[in-house]
Amino acid sequence: MPIDTSALPRQDVKLSKEEILRYSRHLIMPEVGMDGQLKLKKAQVLLIGAGGLGAPLGLYLAAAGVGRLGIVDFDVVDFTNLQRQITFSTKDVGRKKAEAARDRLSAMNPDIQIDTFDTMLTSANALDLFKDFDIIVDGTDNFPTRYLVNDACILLGKPNVYGSIFRFEGQVTVFGAPSGPCYRCLYPEPPPPGLVPSCAEGGVLGVLPGIVGSLQAMETIKLILGAGESLAGRLLLFDALAMRFRELKVRKNPACPICGENRTINKLIDYEEFCGIRGEEAPVVTTGIPEITPRELKARLDRGDDLFILDVREPHEYQICNLNGHLIPLGDLPKRVSELDSSREIVAHCRSGKRSADAVEFLQKAGFKKILNLKGGILAWSDEVDPSVPKY
Amino acid sequence: MAVKVILPTPLRPYAEHKASVEFDAATVGDALDRLTAQYGDLKKHLYTPEGRIRSFVNVYLNDEDIRFLKQEQTPTKSGDTITIVPSIAGGD
Repeated sequence: MPIDTSALPRQDVKLSKEEILRYSRHLIMPEVGMDGQLKLKKAQVLLIGAGGLGAPLGLYLAAAGVGRLGIVDFDVVDFTNLQRQITFSTKDVGRKKAEAARDRLSAMNPDIQIDTFDTMLTSANALDLFKDFDIIVDGTDNFPTRYLVNDACILLGKPNVYGSIFRFEGQVTVFGAPSGPCYRCLYPEPPPPGLVPSCAEGGVLGVLPGIVGSLQAMETIKLILGAGESLAGRLLLFDALAMRFRELKVRKNPACPICGENRTINKLIDYEEFCGIRGEEAPVVTTGIPEITPRELKARLDRGDDLFILDVREPHEYQICNLNGHLIPLGDLPKRVSELDSSREIVAHCRSGKRSADAVEFLQKAGFKKILNLKGGILAWSDEVDPSVPKY
Repeated sequence: MAVKVILPTPLRPYAEHKASVEFDAATVGDALDRLTAQYGDLKKHLYTPEGRIRSFVNVYLNDEDIRFLKQEQTPTKSGDTITIVPSIAGGD
């Protein structure tokens, strides 16, 4: 499904001698040629997210000569991003991602226009942001934004090149192609919050978003050129450990509320509410969960208080660092609750305080009365009590 | 009829970290019943308390979503593959 870039109100676009040399490896292919390279130059692609997926996306689309790239990201480069977000260098830590990405991409290709949008994508700004671009590429990392991107694309009639990852698996497809399915056709509803871990909680093989983001770049370029067969209507599944690609059909759902025969969604909604997040208690510690801060815990331990430290992380995390706690991973807690003595005062901890809050809630329901959550987890212990404990 | 059920990464911890399991089953529903009978922890991830497949989990028989076939009554034959594909959102 080619994008009709000739209909765009762009000036008469030509390639300079330098551009002809730069893109010579494109130009000598009949599938691209001058026509194709001019289509690329006229194309305007908006990248939602400049992280794991956004990094290879930006690099390959800039390299290919996409004339205008927009980058939407409000986040700041973190040291833990460098394991996979290959647009960034160590010196970029602390910088705004959108700016650092723009600098990297324009160093590679100064001939293209790169616009940064240092803002969170919301229902209030999405339609305005998207309207001037031809193709939207979803490189986000959360469900509410994915539904927002989908809906905005469908309402505006723009294709959405979708990619998502989890640990060592990826999914790629194209939503929003004419008569093609959309994200809601595939997944009418998101999972409840907390059920599917983020990269920070679940981890990810660094190179995986590199592969999936590159596939998204490939699909974007094909849409612009009108070349090959797009993934519209197909879900590409990638299992990195098995090194296997599989393909499943994605059918348009005739009853889809936004792209089906009887549209009931005509404007952008509150996606946090849709995903069940609004009304959820705060992600870390919630009211009703009794807490203890690392400093308070240290003071009580130094005093000789008889506290039982319960570590609900995974064994491989215990190997990185631990507080000599008794290890029962959260998932095993229901089966192993008999290892705990409810007459003792128990302090539960994990990495950041989230999983241990769940553990405390579970144990309270199981009748444990003397149970506390270590606020901020072992990360906060490292910050406030013992900096020799490595953070991860 | 021996069918293979392919498990997605997020669910493997509840099935002894297996990537796939094989069962004799006559329908997709039959295979999923055997799966959750063998790995009880999977049940709440795949099914609502009312016993319906969760809406953010898609089940495919070979390459077709069972929602467009006969749902869990979709018949299976030897050599078929059932793939469970939950919604994932990672991108960062």
